[in-house]
Amino acid sequence: MSSEQIIFYFLSFWFIASSLAMIFARNAAKAVLFLVLGFFSAASIWILLEAEFLAITLILVYVGAVMVLFLFVIKMLNIDKSTLRAKFAGYLPLGLIVALIIIAEMTLVLGNAQFGLDAMPSPARHAADYSNITELALQLYTTYVYPFELAAVLLLIAIIAAITLVHRQEVNRKNQSISEQVNVKAKDRVRIVSIASPSKEGK
Amino acid sequence: MVSLSDYLILSSVIFCIGLVGIFINRTNIITLLMCVELILAAVNTNFIAFSHFLGNEAGQIFVFFILTVAAAEVAIGLAILTLLFRVRGSIDVDVTNSLKG
Repeated sequence: MSSEQIIFYFLSFWFIASSLAMIFARNAAKAVLFLVLGFFSAASIWILLEAEFLAITLILVYVGAVMVLFLFVIKMLNIDKSTLRAKFAGYLPLGLIVALIIIAEMTLVLGNAQFGLDAMPSPARHAADYSNITELALQLYTTYVYPFELAAVLLLIAIIAAITLVHRQEVNRKNQSISEQVNVKAKDRVRIVSIASPSKEGK
Repeated sequence: MVSLSDYLILSSVIFCIGLVGIFINRTNIITLLMCVELILAAVNTNFIAFSHFLGNEAGQIFVFFILTVAAAEVAIGLAILTLLFRVRGSIDVDVTNSLKG
């Protein structure tokens, strides 16, 4: 077993284990953290496949932004205790059966006979001065420049849509009322209460 | 050496884990969104494996766009989720049945 295989199986183990832990986690915040571990393993596997730029992008964009956004929303909505599991037992057998059938079919189709090393030999590793980012950028800014700009527009639309959706309207926004604050009198805010002094014995 | 079929089988296993997650977590929308992320990660691994073994960068470009669209989807999905929580006080899927005929 070569060192590449050992690394691959190690990373695959953690990817699968963290994914399983994610879907069975009772706490939504823990599920996000398990998904972060899964994304780190996926990024390492992508580096094994010489896709360094996308691996770094996965960690920066997904772990750094999207997963943190998930954590923010979970903490903001305070739903980490409301993860109900009423339907759990009812749908687990069906889900497992479907998943096992899909895995069996995929293994038959994608097995060593069709996509093994004989059919698809592993390409030679690139030289040390090969730059994945340069290759991607050459493609991205020449052949795929139009989809690239469309992606930028899509992100702008996403920003505007997200802000418009959660922006509070004038009715229920919490804002200051300056005139009310200026016109306030001391008796509106302070109430002087006379209470009996405690005796020396206390209690 | 790791063959292409190893990568493909790994991503199909991850895909199925995401699918089971959608089956068993169908009351909690936030976990559903995370399972969709898992499925997208599996698909991206597929694209990158083919891109590596065929020596063609187009697969990696495609993954780049998938990441962009997925980030936009998560932003809008979580915004809708926040809005839903504000209106209903819960993000249980079973509560959101007002469009039922």
